[in-house]
Amino acid sequence: MTPQDDRPVSPATGDGAPHTRRQAKDAARQDEVRLENAVETADGELPPPAVPATAAGLGAGPAPDAPLLHRIMTGNALVAFLSVVLSLILGGLLIAVTDQNVARASSYFFSRPQDTLGAAWTAASGAYLALFQGSVINFEGDSFTRIIYPLTQTLTVATPLICAGLGVALAFRAGLFNIGAQGQILIGATFAGWIGFTLHLPAGIHLLLVILAGMVGGAVWAGLVGLLKARTGAHEVILTIMFNYIATNLVLYFLSTPAFQRPGSTNPISPQLDATALYPPLLGPAFRLHWGFVVAVLATVFVWWLLNRSTVGFELRAVGANASAARTAGVNVSKGYILAMAIAGALAGLAGVAQVSGTEKVLTSGVAASFGFDAITVALLGRSSPWGTFAAGILFGAFRAGGVAMQASTGTSIDIVLVVQSLIVLFIAAPPLVRALFRLPSPGAPRAGKGGSTTRTPASTGAAA
Amino acid sequence: MSTATTARVSDGTAVRSWKNPIILSVVALLALLVFALGAPGNDVTFRLSEEGDPVVLPSIVVSAPVIGWIAALAMLALAVLAILRTRSGQKVPTWVPAVFAVLFLIAFLTWVVGSARTPNVALYGLLAGSVTLAVPLIFGSLSGVLCERSGVVNIAIEGQLLFGAFAAAVAASLSGSALVGLVAAAVAGVLVSLVLAVFSIRYVVNQVIVGVVLNVLVSGLTGFLFSAVLSEDAERWNSPPRLPVIEIPLLADIPVIGPILFQQTIVGYLMYVAVAVVYVALYHSRWGLRTRAVGEHPKAADTLGVNVNRMRFLNVLLAGVVAGIGGSFFTLVAVSGFGRDMTAGQGYIALAALIFGRWNPIGAFFAALLFGFATNLSNVLSLLGTPVPDQFLRMLPYVVTVFAVAGLVGRSRAPGASGIPYIKG
Repeated sequence: MTPQDDRPVSPATGDGAPHTRRQAKDAARQDEVRLENAVETADGELPPPAVPATAAGLGAGPAPDAPLLHRIMTGNALVAFLSVVLSLILGGLLIAVTDQNVARASSYFFSRPQDTLGAAWTAASGAYLALFQGSVINFEGDSFTRIIYPLTQTLTVATPLICAGLGVALAFRAGLFNIGAQGQILIGATFAGWIGFTLHLPAGIHLLLVILAGMVGGAVWAGLVGLLKARTGAHEVILTIMFNYIATNLVLYFLSTPAFQRPGSTNPISPQLDATALYPPLLGPAFRLHWGFVVAVLATVFVWWLLNRSTVGFELRAVGANASAARTAGVNVSKGYILAMAIAGALAGLAGVAQVSGTEKVLTSGVAASFGFDAITVALLGRSSPWGTFAAGILFGAFRAGGVAMQASTGTSIDIVLVVQSLIVLFIAAPPLVRALFRLPSPGAPRAGKGGSTTRTPASTGAAA
Repeated sequence: MSTATTARVSDGTAVRSWKNPIILSVVALLALLVFALGAPGNDVTFRLSEEGDPVVLPSIVVSAPVIGWIAALAMLALAVLAILRTRSGQKVPTWVPAVFAVLFLIAFLTWVVGSARTPNVALYGLLAGSVTLAVPLIFGSLSGVLCERSGVVNIAIEGQLLFGAFAAAVAASLSGSALVGLVAAAVAGVLVSLVLAVFSIRYVVNQVIVGVVLNVLVSGLTGFLFSAVLSEDAERWNSPPRLPVIEIPLLADIPVIGPILFQQTIVGYLMYVAVAVVYVALYHSRWGLRTRAVGEHPKAADTLGVNVNRMRFLNVLLAGVVAGIGGSFFTLVAVSGFGRDMTAGQGYIALAALIFGRWNPIGAFFAALLFGFATNLSNVLSLLGTPVPDQFLRMLPYVVTVFAVAGLVGRSRAPGASGIPYIKG
């Protein structure tokens, strides 16, 4: 099944229809009409669209003819911005409350409250300043390289996040909750790493093979989930989670075999990858940023094209929007599940390649860090759209890169980043809450109330299909 | 396309489905190859009691090849039976896969223990340990039952367990009383439930999204507090007293089942009570009927005057109590003290147990026991020294889960409205 799984990569063969390309496109257009009808006429029996992108509740945008200020006040961008601000404030409170100096000052809070407040401000702002300096621009750098170094670190960390996030987002769009990016990254990295340190090939070809192997590895691992889901109806959330654990143990096992273990080492660590198998540095040797980032950009473009401009992508979205209607309209739902998972896995595999042949240069069981789980929040924050995921990946990359720097300089645990990230996703998913907190007007005409945001109800993706 | 439709038809009317016979045949052939042909030549000892016990039972000693052959041939016979039944268009009786699974388990145990360096295992310890390990799983899956039966998908079991564990450790350390920790764990579970309920019911956010994000939130929050507060002064914040094991006199001395049933901590006894109460309440009370109605067909329930969202809200909160108490197992029973991400995915396994148990409290109970058994078996076997690599043993519970949800059980049906928010009107 391995070669088939990569078929969607080439558009002409990825269609699966027996006709020529033009016929396929015509058929797709007809399908689109039929499908829309099917969805419309499902007489309310069928669950509403399953695409978390719309499910997040932002269904109703501001009316186009509303005054500019009103449009800004009710727009999605403002809610997103306020969600980030709110989450940062809550995170800051958490930092302040747990700070030692604040605790000391609060013992005499009633005699000198300003001490407590000052200590709280110092703790929170200090942590956030360190976070910013570690992720965007380092003011204290003495050379240009030093000053922009944090920004390149952010992009380096963002690379696997974007790739894996795209995989999760793509599966979301097909109505699948892919919690298994972690395992897919690991298996992809294992395949890629093995090619990287076992074969000794000329530059160019070697890297190409490494990338390909990583994609195949991820695609096989995730495609297996798609196959099980399509054939037995097993829930993909459970399957992908279990596959994560199995992958971790599998990689640990591989790393204890002679084929993978570094000669002379008893630790579960592989030999260094060949220089020919590594992504070259993008901005010169002073930075860790590598060409994997460019691959991530290309992957984003590809996913955008796949979802919005290709027949396969259309079918996947149809399956995600309403599997029953899609089946009625002649879409092969089983194939859709397998394909969606395989492509998602290939993208996660790319993240594995970025790690093993870009950042880490060696295969360990920790090569995936927690990128696979962060990828879920990245995809959710990006509303499962390719460029949204790209932006969210960079934001979370900044959090992570900055979090490391913050932990080193102020001692604030990097776990705070997880808190802030998950709060952001929660708030963005519930715009009415954010609007209520900031007393913003709800979108649409006042008398329509929340009607706009409730007609497009969240997904049934959670229900066992 | 075609597979999906035929499978759907076969669900209701039992038109030929070749899935079961094929799986059974393949597994039976594997069993023949590994357990019978590859059986170790020695005897295997299963100890039923320890020397010092009040009642000493003789150990069961069996010959590995004999058991291997008998079990493998019996499994082949069952597979043939399944094939014949399917060919003649009849339904494969439900006892066939069940007996098959038991045979497989016996053969596997005999084979794997027989191949170990010391082919001698304490069966009673294996079983008692399984129950102990299954305790948080059972609480977790009961929490899932309560939520999903009322129509809310609960992915946040992991978060409820973890926050329960955290709160139990902190409260018990500060107060010096493990019982206070138990109550705090329940409260913590409710807090997580509250967020789940508010976001998924009030703000109709996708329930799976809320669940997944809540797990991340709890993991980050407890991890942050762990490093910022708990590890700074572990003596004060993170040294909870453990719950004592309460032995019931006489009953605890019964061999094999005594330690399982009557030698537990209060959390262990609560687990049995919770399973029974949830089962009876769900199927034999007005509350249960309403809960199930709200989860299956909210519109109908609403028409008959049941407040759908209120019912769901209460159920989700109640689920938080259950899962929170389950979380206290980690810090008050298993080990004394909280550790970062110490639930290690147990919440997800509880979710799988819930599905494997077909959304039924009793079913979930046994499914969770199976996972507890798989986990404990891998622990015991790695001590015995088997030819199977350690990593594969550690995979066992997860592989069992995959087989459980994808394999022999067939298509299990979730409550009709599970995961779909109810908007009146």
